[in-house]
Amino acid sequence: MIAETQEVIPALEVHNLSASYQRKPVLWDVDFQLPQGKLIGVVGPNGSGKTTLLKNIMGLMEPDSGYVKLFGEDLEKVRHRISYVPQRESVDWNFPASVRDVVEMGRYRKNRLFKRLKAQDHQLVTEALERVNLLELSQRQISQLSGGQQQRVFIARALAQQADLYLMDEPFVGVDAATEEALLELLTEMKNAGKTVVIVHHDLQTAYEYFDWTVLLNTRLVAAGPQESIFKKELLQEAYGGRLTVLSKIGDLMARKDFPARETGFKEKEGLGDG
Amino acid sequence: MDSLWTFLQFKDATLQLVTAGTVLIAMGASVVGCFAFLRKRALVGDAVAHAILPGIAVAFMLTAAKNPLILLSGALVSGWLALYCIEIIQKTSKLSADTAIAAVLGVFFGIGILLLTHIQHSDLENQSGLDRFLFGSAASMSTADLLTYAGVALFLLLAIAGLYKELKLFSFNPEYAQVLGLPVKTIRRLINSLTVMAIAIGIQSVGVVLMAALLITPAAAARAWTDRLLVMIFLAAGFAAFSALVGSYVSFSATAMPTGPWIVMSLSFLALISLFIAPQRGLLARLNRQRLNRIKILTENMLKAFYNLGERAGTYQKWLTAEDLARVRDFTHAELTQGLRILRKKHLVIPKQSGYRLSRQGLDEARRVVRLHRLWEMYLTQRMRMKSDHIHPNAETIEHIITPEIEEQLLRELDFPEKDPHSSPIPYPQ
Ligand SMILES: Nc1ncnc2c1ncn2[C@@H]1O[C@H](COP(=O)(O)OP(=O)(O)OP(=O)(O)O)[C@@H](O)[C@H]1O
Ligand SMILES: [Mg+2]
Repeated sequence: MIAETQEVIPALEVHNLSASYQRKPVLWDVDFQLPQGKLIGVVGPNGSGKTTLLKNIMGLMEPDSGYVKLFGEDLEKVRHRISYVPQRESVDWNFPASVRDVVEMGRYRKNRLFKRLKAQDHQLVTEALERVNLLELSQRQISQLSGGQQQRVFIARALAQQADLYLMDEPFVGVDAATEEALLELLTEMKNAGKTVVIVHHDLQTAYEYFDWTVLLNTRLVAAGPQESIFKKELLQEAYGGRLTVLSKIGDLMARKDFPARETGFKEKEGLGDG
Repeated sequence: MDSLWTFLQFKDATLQLVTAGTVLIAMGASVVGCFAFLRKRALVGDAVAHAILPGIAVAFMLTAAKNPLILLSGALVSGWLALYCIEIIQKTSKLSADTAIAAVLGVFFGIGILLLTHIQHSDLENQSGLDRFLFGSAASMSTADLLTYAGVALFLLLAIAGLYKELKLFSFNPEYAQVLGLPVKTIRRLINSLTVMAIAIGIQSVGVVLMAALLITPAAAARAWTDRLLVMIFLAAGFAAFSALVGSYVSFSATAMPTGPWIVMSLSFLALISLFIAPQRGLLARLNRQRLNRIKILTENMLKAFYNLGERAGTYQKWLTAEDLARVRDFTHAELTQGLRILRKKHLVIPKQSGYRLSRQGLDEARRVVRLHRLWEMYLTQRMRMKSDHIHPNAETIEHIITPEIEEQLLRELDFPEKDPHSSPIPYPQ
């Protein structure tokens, strides 16, 4: 009974959302719903408003019009069920903090302002670190991490939050192929555990391979739905207008429906030089 | 030295009070300053310090009293107003942050000076000594002043201790704090108020002009020593407390000396030393790292030169001269001398009248460097699909950086190749 209602309620509903920066419109009347328990990509070219969409969903920006519902509720009511992974470049990694310090931030709560973290919080932090394979590096200063490791710190922080819906802004940027694969595995694991994972991504080619659902965005909503309904030539052309080289590649992939085994990239720069 | 002894005994009650007060004020400012520093708000601190002046002047004109609480309230109001103006200007105009800050600083300070001049030329009673706000004079503080300011400083320290983890998150990643549902607006207002308060209480001992230094310098000095926020805060507080003692001592032993400039002098000195000698982040450490890297690259290149000559001659037992080495690679004369000296000291080459040859360890080491170079070239052509005539320069740098773990992984991924892309054999340990 409960399971049934959960399936009916969308994890995320974006309703007629418009947003702008200094009156320059960036999102026009975007309207879609996302089901629970799926791995979903938000895909579009640079500057198409993907980050802006996440900021509106997370209440970091006031929309000009429209609204967002999460699990059928306003953000304020279900905040503890939502977790956000910002773009890696949005912070200064020179900040004097260790990996563990940052992951602990996922356990901070409004109603525990003057209090210290509890034993249970520390336990969850340790588990999150383990899941992204950063346990050995937990005391390291965050500036002494590779890009991929920094990305994993942010994901561990989101995991420590113990949410049901995860919104991640470009988690694969600056990550080598091996880490990307490991991350994807982790995200799939999360999905299988019933979580909804929404990933901003700008590589069409891998988007087809990675996600169950896709939201195609280019200032307005081009399409949102399961993979098969989205990866159509007309829709992709509409989103990526004119970039036919990508399209033909995707076309090939679509035709064959299989992908060459991806090479594993070289080892992360851990321990290389000292910057 | 007699005066130092007398000073340290703190027999004099006034001296005790002034010193303790100054120390507490300096600590409060430095701890608040750590967050201003990490949020990259150093300039804002300076602007607020200057912007406080008109508030003090107006408070004095309205009440004709030097009651510290009233002056403090005036300072808070105008400091807050300045922060608000900076924010509004940035939000509504296309001016950059530093322009907005400079504009607000200039206007507020100008008004402050005008008002101060007006007060000094008026016949308000009690008006003398207001100029101490410009340059600071700890000795001129009354007991009431000191108790008030010390109380405020204590409040600052307690507020920061209580909200430490939230302030840390807010300084590092405010958007995430907001997403978690933390009251970021309140936190921002609080940290702004703490900054204004820290500046307001410091001004009488250090002065408007030097106040920003008291706020930011301890943080900058402390940051050089540590990567831990908590350690940084304690160090900053320690530097500030020490400097406050120095300032108090100097103005105690030489009565004409002002406290503030000496506090700032001492802080600047500590900061300079920190930036110079701190491990890891200090200038000396960095220079030393660079020097070691340069030597490593030089000696490894020389080993490679020995190896290449030996490879061509078919034997590594021949005695080679510096000129021979210079034929393989463009070593300068100085490099040859230095490199050979180091290699000899490490027993990697054996010297003789007629020249040098690789020792057994030297040959192993040379093989390792050549192997890394050739392995990396393989990796570039095979895995990164670079053309074989483009890869040499890249391999020249990378060969010096590859660690044993990476070497192992390279070997595994490339399946222990026999030859490099230019068909030279890859030397394995023997
Ligand atoms: N703070 C801002 N002020 C003004 N304009 C902005 C701001 N942030 C983004 N924009 C503009 O809004 C548009 C959408 O930006 P957004 O960051 O949402 O795109 P994106 O799809 O995330 O792009 P990317 O793939 O490069 O991350 C861009 O044209 C950008 O220039
Ligand atoms: Mg973006």
